[in-house]
Amino acid sequence: MSVFVNKNTRLVVQGITGQEGQFHTRSCIAYGTNVVAGVTPGKGGQKMDEVPIFNSVKEAREKTGCNASMILVPPPFAADAIMEAADAGVELVVCITEGLPVLDMMRVKNYLATKTTRLIGPNCPGIITPGECKIGIMPGPMHKPGGPFGVVSRSGTLTYEVVHQLTQVGFGQTTCIGIGGDPINGTNFIDCLIAFNADPDTKAVVMVGEIGGNAEEDACEWIKANMKKPVFGFIAGLTAPPGRRMGHAGAIVSGGKGTAEAKIAAMKSSGVHHCENLGNMGKLCKEIFKG
Amino acid sequence: MKIHEYQAKELFRKYNVPTPNGKLAFTTAEVEKIAEEFGLPVVVKAQVHAGGRGKGGGVKLARTKADVKTCADSIIGMTLITKQTGAQGKKVNKVLVEQGLNIKKELYLCIIPDRETASVAIVCSQDGGMDIEEVAAKTPERIITVNVSPITGFQPFHARKICFGLEIEKDLQKKMSALVKNLYELFVAYDCSMVEINPLIITAEGDILALDAKMDIDGNALFRHPDVKEMRDIEEEDPVEAEAAQYGLNYINLDGNVGNIVNGAGLAMATMDIVKMAGASPANFLDVGGGANAEAIENGFRLIMKDPAVKGILINVFGGILRCDVLAQGVVQAATKLKLSVPVVVRMEGTNVEQGRKILAESGLDLINAKDLADAAEKVAKIVS
Repeated sequence: MSVFVNKNTRLVVQGITGQEGQFHTRSCIAYGTNVVAGVTPGKGGQKMDEVPIFNSVKEAREKTGCNASMILVPPPFAADAIMEAADAGVELVVCITEGLPVLDMMRVKNYLATKTTRLIGPNCPGIITPGECKIGIMPGPMHKPGGPFGVVSRSGTLTYEVVHQLTQVGFGQTTCIGIGGDPINGTNFIDCLIAFNADPDTKAVVMVGEIGGNAEEDACEWIKANMKKPVFGFIAGLTAPPGRRMGHAGAIVSGGKGTAEAKIAAMKSSGVHHCENLGNMGKLCKEIFKG
Repeated sequence: MKIHEYQAKELFRKYNVPTPNGKLAFTTAEVEKIAEEFGLPVVVKAQVHAGGRGKGGGVKLARTKADVKTCADSIIGMTLITKQTGAQGKKVNKVLVEQGLNIKKELYLCIIPDRETASVAIVCSQDGGMDIEEVAAKTPERIITVNVSPITGFQPFHARKICFGLEIEKDLQKKMSALVKNLYELFVAYDCSMVEINPLIITAEGDILALDAKMDIDGNALFRHPDVKEMRDIEEEDPVEAEAAQYGLNYINLDGNVGNIVNGAGLAMATMDIVKMAGASPANFLDVGGGANAEAIENGFRLIMKDPAVKGILINVFGGILRCDVLAQGVVQAATKLKLSVPVVVRMEGTNVEQGRKILAESGLDLINAKDLADAAEKVAKIVS
C-alpha cells in the first residue's frame, strides 16, 4: 500500500515540451511512472517521445483518463495550470514550479476549496511511491520500495537526504511527499499524517520541517491527539538569522514567530522523536524503530 | 523587495490614500527650498530601508528656519544606526521633507498575506506610533485583525469592523473606510508582501493621513510590475547579496568562517545547522537552486571567496534538478578561473553522482571527499579550527 499515488496512477505533464518538462518526464517514465499525456497549449497533436500532447488538460483527461498531473510550467503560468487541472477534474495535481506569487497561490487555494482535487506543492520535489510511481524531480534510484517508512517534508533536497539515509540503514519507504517550501501550499503535514496513519503498510513516519509559519506546531498537536505510529522529526534553520527569507519563500522567522526552537519544542512535547543532527536521522530511526 | 517611504507614498497617492505634502531632497539647500515652499514646521526624514529611524536620529521636526538647516545637515550624510540596520548602520543620501501636521491621534494599520488562512489580513490598532510587536505582546486585545478573502475582496463589513474596532468618530468613518479599501486595492494590485502605516494619523482638522509608509513587494511577482522594478535601490542592499541576485543565486551573508554551497534552501539551512553543531560557524547561506548551471556554481564560488573570513568551503549537493555532473563541471570551471585559496570539502549524492565524482577526480583539484553529511561537517570544522 501507499498514499496518494501508486501503479494505477495515470500521469499528465503540464509543460511537457519545456527543457525541464522533457528532462523530468523522461526520468519519471524511466522510473516506471505511467505517463499517458502531456499538455502544451498550441502543440496539441504532437508527441514528446511517445507521449501524446494535447492543447488542454480537459482534452488530455477525456482522451487518456489521466488522474494525476505534474506541473512544470514557468511561475507566471503555474497558478493557471493548477486551476486548469482542477477544473478538468484531475484528482491529484503536483506543482513542482518554484516562484509563484503569494497572491496567486492564495487565489488557487480558495479556488481548490470548491473542488475535490488534491494539490501537492507548489515549490516542491513531488511525490514518489517507490517501485510504483514517481511524480516529480527527485532522483529515483535511492528510494527503496515496500515501506515501512512514510516521509513528508517541506524541502526537496532535505527529503532526498532523509530518504537516502533510511535506505542506507535498510528501511524502505511507502510514499515520500514533498509538500513544498512556499508560505501557502496545497497538501499540508496533517493531510499526509492522516493518510500515513490510515495506510497499513506505513509503520512509521519521518517529518521534516523548517522555520516559518506554524504548520509544524499544528501537525504536532494533531500527532499528540491522533497519531498511532512513531514519528521522527527534524527542523532546519536553527542558525537562520531572524527576518531573513532563507531561500524558500515560506522560510522566515518574523516577529519572533516560526522559530526552529518553537517547532522543536512542539515536536518534543508531542512525542515526536526529534533528531538534532540531520546526519544522524537514519541512525536514530534504526535505534528506535523495531517494526 | 522593499521600497523607500517616498516611493510607497507616491503609490499611496495614486490609490487615493492620503499622505502629507512631501518632496525628496538630496542637499541641505534643497531641504531649505522645500521648507520655504511648504511653510514651517516641516519634518525631515532619512530615506533608508530600515525601521526605527526616529530613535536613531533619522527623523526630525524643524520649527524654525535655523532648525531646518541643522536638521538637514545632521541627517544628510549621516550613518544611521537602528536595531534593523545592524552595527554598521546605513548611510543616508536622501531625505523626504514633509509638511508638519497637527496630530490628534495615532493609529496603526498594516496589511499582510496570512499564510494559515490563505487570505489577506488587515491588522490595526489604536496604539499607533509604537512598536507594534510590543503592543501585541503586552496588550493583544488592542490589536484588531480582519481577514479578507481574495475571492470576495474588501467589503463594507470589513470596513465597519475596523471603524468600530478602532472607535473612529462617526463623521470620520467614511474617510477611514475609503482609506482602508484603497490601501487594500493597492496591496493586491502591487502584489505586496507587506504594507504598513505606523502611524496613521487623525489631525485636529479631521483628516486621516499616512504619516509613514512601509511597503514590501513579493519578489516572485515582479515580472508583472516593471514600474516597481525601477524603484529598486541597489545602495540599500548588501553588495554581495545584490551580486548574488544578479546571478540568480540566493545568498545571505553571515559572520562565521565556513563557506557553504548547497542546493536547496532546506538542505542549505540544515547544512548551516550541522556545521554549527560540529563546532564551526557558517559564513553564509547559499542555495544554488534547482535550475543552477555550471556558471551559477562558479559565481557562487566567486561570492564566497569575497568573504575574507572564510577558511574552508563545504559543498553539499544532493542531486535532483541539479545534477551532480553539472555541479562537478561548475567546480572545475571555477577552479580553473579562480585561485582556490582555501580547502574545499565536497559531498555529493543523487542524480549522475558517479559521473560527477569522476569529473572531480580527473580534474587534478585538491578536494577533500566526504562520504556523508556528518562526515562533511566534521571535516570542514576540523579545517577551520
